[in-house]
Amino acid sequence: MFAFFNQYAQEILLHTGEHLILVVSAMVAAIIMGIPLGIFITRKPQYASLVLGIANILQTIPSLAIFGILISVPYLGGIGKAPAIVALILYALLPLIRNTYIGIQTIDPAIRNTGKAMGMTDWQLLVQVDLPLASATILSGVRVATVISVGIATIAAAIGGGGLGVFIFRGIATVNNQLILAGAIPSALIALAVDYSLGLLEKRLMQRSSRRMKIRRRSAIIWGVVTTAIIAGIVFLGWQTPPQIIIGSKNFTEQVILGEILAQQIESNTNLKVDRRFNLGGTFICHEAVKAGQISGYVEYTGTAFTAVLKQNPISDSQAVYSKVKQDYAQNFNLEVFPSLGFNNTFAITIRAEDAKRYQLKTISDTAKYTEQWQAGFGYEFLERADGYKGLAKTYGLKFAKPPRQMELGLMYEALAKKQVDLIAGDSTNGLIPVLDLFILQDDKKYFPPYQAVPIFNRQILQKYPEVSMAIAKLEGLISNEEMQKMNYAVDKEKIPVETVVKNWLKSHSL
Amino acid sequence: MFESQNVSVEFSDVSFDINHRNILSRLNIRIQEGEVLTLLGRSGSGKTTVLKLINHLIQPTKGEVLIGGRTTTRWNEIELRRNIGYVIQETGLFPHFNVSQNIGLVPSLQKWTKPKIESRVREMLELVGLDSKLFGQRYPDELSGGQRQRVGVARALAADPPILIMDEPFAALDPITRLELQQQFRALQRMLGKTVIFVTHDIQEAFYLGNRIGLMHEGKLVTLGTRDEFLKSSHPEARAFIACLDYPT
Repeated sequence: MFAFFNQYAQEILLHTGEHLILVVSAMVAAIIMGIPLGIFITRKPQYASLVLGIANILQTIPSLAIFGILISVPYLGGIGKAPAIVALILYALLPLIRNTYIGIQTIDPAIRNTGKAMGMTDWQLLVQVDLPLASATILSGVRVATVISVGIATIAAAIGGGGLGVFIFRGIATVNNQLILAGAIPSALIALAVDYSLGLLEKRLMQRSSRRMKIRRRSAIIWGVVTTAIIAGIVFLGWQTPPQIIIGSKNFTEQVILGEILAQQIESNTNLKVDRRFNLGGTFICHEAVKAGQISGYVEYTGTAFTAVLKQNPISDSQAVYSKVKQDYAQNFNLEVFPSLGFNNTFAITIRAEDAKRYQLKTISDTAKYTEQWQAGFGYEFLERADGYKGLAKTYGLKFAKPPRQMELGLMYEALAKKQVDLIAGDSTNGLIPVLDLFILQDDKKYFPPYQAVPIFNRQILQKYPEVSMAIAKLEGLISNEEMQKMNYAVDKEKIPVETVVKNWLKSHSL
Repeated sequence: MFESQNVSVEFSDVSFDINHRNILSRLNIRIQEGEVLTLLGRSGSGKTTVLKLINHLIQPTKGEVLIGGRTTTRWNEIELRRNIGYVIQETGLFPHFNVSQNIGLVPSLQKWTKPKIESRVREMLELVGLDSKLFGQRYPDELSGGQRQRVGVARALAADPPILIMDEPFAALDPITRLELQQQFRALQRMLGKTVIFVTHDIQEAFYLGNRIGLMHEGKLVTLGTRDEFLKSSHPEARAFIACLDYPT
């Protein structure tokens, strides 16, 4: 455990700093917007139900959904910190507005009426009566909103916003508990620390709000300085100069390995600074991100690009697929598609080897008779895509007793081995297949298009840094199916860190 | 703000409706400078509404309210309110201000200098019979009901307003404290000469404190006169109140 912390200490600090930046920026903005809005509806109560209603709806929308919606929004959206902060702000608004409103509304009306009757202007009433008497309730709203933000900020990693969620997503994708905890424990600690310290402040305000107007100035200043110093310290320690190249990846082990290969190849062949945004939430997010230049490049599969992005009907000629992808990506998206890295990672319809032996199954057609008794498990992309479940079921006439379970890619193989599911759509280069005694069914009707791994880069960035093209071009055809499987296995099963596996592989090919 | 310290309050044919309900109808009253007018009436007879029209918390639907000869709509309402002392039954003291800060409220709104405010607060506490050293730093939740109301009166008088409006200020106190405060208030008013409009539902109090007594019934002023004139009134509402005098209080 200690070795782990030693190795990852710098990264943990970096992501903790990112996490704090996300939460603090969002909270500052939300407070600036939310508290005045709360004050506004105490003055104009006819708008109260409208404002509170909207804030309530915003909070009811599941956080992942808001992140997803924001991806397509111009300016505020996309991936990275900005949309993450926007989503956090939307989430923090309800407690802030509502507590400000309630805090002021529940002040004894006799007090407020007296204030008015004695000739206080509305501003004087607000500052000398409303806010001091409502301060404990308002602060309670700040506390709730901040603790919620700390939790939701972990999801920011799915859209490349950084933060401690990076560890959590990576840990889930590579089935690595230590990584998950490296993200979960610090976030929990931050949430607890915020809750505790703001709770203390709230208690003091509650005792004093009915008595004293001024919190002792000196202690308030000291608290403020200490907190800012701690936050600034963490942020500073984790801070790194802005990267010139950002490599992204999708949310499973092979993608992280390939992304790391791209990153290390660029680092060792050029002077550029490379940042990694791995475990992004899927093909769509990566595609939008590389188009917008928010990542410089990632590794895509030709079949996926062909059917899911270009929305073509699947065909099996791999050269034709590659040419069309290369041409259309250049024309429509200004993206450069590099030559294949060498292997073909097709969807592998996988079952347990014992079932294959028992029922004498070699192809998917063979299996079609037995699936009615089986439970299938698929990743969400496979379920959604045109070249996925729907087409497969139609082509082979597959029927299942129950609808397929939607699962995380990293967990599917274990689930199959443990008999929680009976059939999965894995990928053919996965390292766990031989180890867990699983069997890949032959795609006898050639339903799946070829999925050759190709690096995809944003052309504008390549023009700016032509040395990147040269470095990536060297990787052409270097990874065989077996080598990919071996690397996947090393990371998934032997738990060797991705960076080490990639470094060794690059060395073995004298790159 | 007012040229002299003696200010009159006048209601000229004032009516007040809210949500299509008529609360006050055709009120005509002229309160002399330095006079105490007690407004008597049942709950819901419109007495509190009369007070709110004086400090412009509400505006008449018809007619005019004139303070010092000028109609309320032509006074700056913030200035007007700072020059009218306000005492209510619940006291409405700010719980997060101590006694000195409560009393010094209007002076500080008027931006008096700190030493001037401090000396005025001491003066007011003395006026209402509270030791300033003992009570100055206390908070309202540390005071008894009677002490709180004394602070309320001190607060109303702090900026030396020519007019005081009071809404059943002593109703929530025990009878001994109530009598004490009534006596002290009467002496105070005689000394200071403020124009006072005092709302009450207690006929004893109305007689004791008022130069004249006005009886409100269902939004109308049904009698207005001195104690003797009131006792001679034949209006059924007046007779009803007078009957209560015979009962032990």
